[in-house]
Amino acid sequence: MPILAEWYDFRDLGNAMGALQDQILDWGAPDWVPYVVSGIIAVVGILLWLLVSQIIFIWIERRVIGLMHNRIGPNRVGPMGLLQGVADAIKLLLKEAVTARATDKILFWAAPIAIFIPAMVVFAVIPFGEGMVLSDLNVGVLFFVAIGSINTIAVFAAGWSSNNKFALIGAMRQIAMLISYELVQVFAILGVVIMVGSMRMQDLVGWQADNDVWMFAIQPLALVAFIIAGLVEVNRSPADTSEAESELIAGFHTEYSGIKFGFFYAAEYFATFALCGVIVTLFLGGWTLWGVEEWVPGFLIFLTKLYAVFFIFIWARGTLPRLRIDQLMTFSWKFLLELMFVNILVVGLETLIWREQGYDAATVLPIFGVINWVLAIGLVFLWARMLGHGTPRTAGKRATLTQELGAIYYEGAGSPGA
Amino acid sequence: MSVDLEHYLMVGAILFAIGLFMALSKRNFVGVLMGIELMFNAANLTLISFSRFVESVNPIDGHVFVLFVVTVAAAEAAVALAIAVLLYRVRGTVNVDEINLLRW
Amino acid sequence: MEDTGTVVAFWTLAIMTIGSALMVAIVRNLIHAVVFLVLSFMGVAGLYITLSADFVGVAQILIYSGAISILVIFAIVLTPQAGRDNAETSMRLPAAILAVLVATMLGYAAVETAWIKCGETARLPCFPDAEGFDGTAQAIGNALLDKYILPFEIAAALMLVAMLGAIIIVRAEGTEGTAEE
Repeated sequence: MPILAEWYDFRDLGNAMGALQDQILDWGAPDWVPYVVSGIIAVVGILLWLLVSQIIFIWIERRVIGLMHNRIGPNRVGPMGLLQGVADAIKLLLKEAVTARATDKILFWAAPIAIFIPAMVVFAVIPFGEGMVLSDLNVGVLFFVAIGSINTIAVFAAGWSSNNKFALIGAMRQIAMLISYELVQVFAILGVVIMVGSMRMQDLVGWQADNDVWMFAIQPLALVAFIIAGLVEVNRSPADTSEAESELIAGFHTEYSGIKFGFFYAAEYFATFALCGVIVTLFLGGWTLWGVEEWVPGFLIFLTKLYAVFFIFIWARGTLPRLRIDQLMTFSWKFLLELMFVNILVVGLETLIWREQGYDAATVLPIFGVINWVLAIGLVFLWARMLGHGTPRTAGKRATLTQELGAIYYEGAGSPGA
Repeated sequence: MSVDLEHYLMVGAILFAIGLFMALSKRNFVGVLMGIELMFNAANLTLISFSRFVESVNPIDGHVFVLFVVTVAAAEAAVALAIAVLLYRVRGTVNVDEINLLRW
Repeated sequence: MEDTGTVVAFWTLAIMTIGSALMVAIVRNLIHAVVFLVLSFMGVAGLYITLSADFVGVAQILIYSGAISILVIFAIVLTPQAGRDNAETSMRLPAAILAVLVATMLGYAAVETAWIKCGETARLPCFPDAEGFDGTAQAIGNALLDKYILPFEIAAALMLVAMLGAIIIVRAEGTEGTAEE
């Protein structure tokens, strides 16, 4: 693509960074200084963007959920409640961060930091534009999964150090959910990686740009499974059993208040942003938009798509009821994992046929897309039927009063409310 | 100031020694297992550093070896920790000094 | 490897790894020991990255810090309170002497052997220094499915057997066992 590659070409901020690095070398600095300087600037930029996005999205999320629930969201603090995020941040900063006497002081202090670090480190591999990756690792997607798996230790440290039975139970449930859905995440990513042939994030975006198609159109089952697994990994509704006030007060972060709780809150938002970034990169074309990225800056396209995926997460939170822990575990181990196995098998076969026979991408990808969509929809219905959950039509027929028991039962339905 | 094969091998040797000390002298069964995991890590570090620095026909063999070691270590950790839980259930203790009868 | 970044990274990571490993042996609380063990695993993963072993480094984080440490934590939580003080047995002095002797012997062997290093004196360049080095993931994949296919399949069977074995061992008669993985 005809990018000018001059420092004032703001369609790709990597140009300005490259010019800055050359300038620093011209001033006679040693070899490692440009990398350190550009790294620091990129990290500070990402952090600022994340904080600003979080503050705005606190307001957006609560207003949108309010609209979905047919009520007004927050509208007190500032015009139309726009300063709600700022008010939340100030409240968390000013509250007293209570530390109970019998807690394990070191772990209690370290757990919010430990849960914040993975949420931030993951942004190192997410490509915001063509030259705007902080570190274009050769194993980028695997890095995302690996850093996400560190959350388990941080959650356990938070739950254990609280010296609180309910916090510990919440932490154990959260860890069980995390390790179950990690598998689903890895298998969903694996399908994409098999078809593209590389784990590097820029290669994934480049494949989608070269073939003029979004991976979402070819592997819908992987996208849906990845979104669901991501929802559970970042602890959002409908899978936020550890935040359910009616169940376990606040799960593993019950004993935390003030800015320590602010860290957990912020880490959840940052992790959701990172997850949306990875979804956009893997499945929705990343920073490309079929040629529009030659005029519109790539990072603006990327951010728009990211916010659109975040809206889907907000939508899920406002619409779906909270799931029980055993429902979530059953869903992962008995349903999603089997679908992902079939997905891997089918994608592997397709990629093998494609590479061996050397077909042209434009002819063979639509066929794959049609096969995968039919398979996805068919598998979901068939497997749900086999597990005993009928289609919504068969549940809830007319009630019949039995004479012997004096009870009401639904005639001809599947397992009710399972 | 450069970093060479000997530096990595020394790090591996020290890690192995610490793991050996833990495996031989910890009173808790899980402490012994942590020492064993440290020894695995030391051996893996040595393998990878040899793969990087020493001439060989097929240097990727070191990485493949390490992947297999990690896999088998994970399987072994799972079974060993299951045995630890069962040991507590049967004997009432995980103190290695008190688990000294093969059959009772 | 002479550039400043690698040297700084190596020394930082080596001190972090060895320091954390020492703390695992020394702290008096078993849960703190596990946290330091996780830190030591991450240090080793960092050392792998400095050795250009990108796939193995990321796999180390994923498997060791993310899964095996959770296994150890579950085992600690399911065992009694009395043993959680990370004490040593009466054999600690012989064990310490043996450990120091082993470290000395290994260190002496490491420093005094004339390793045939790639690069300056030998024929082939080092694997990451060759042209077109694109990362180890492709090469590992090729090796696993080409030359080492049999160990690969045996390792898969081994994982299945280990998983089943762990579940069956912990499952009590009559009640449901609750072992993870």
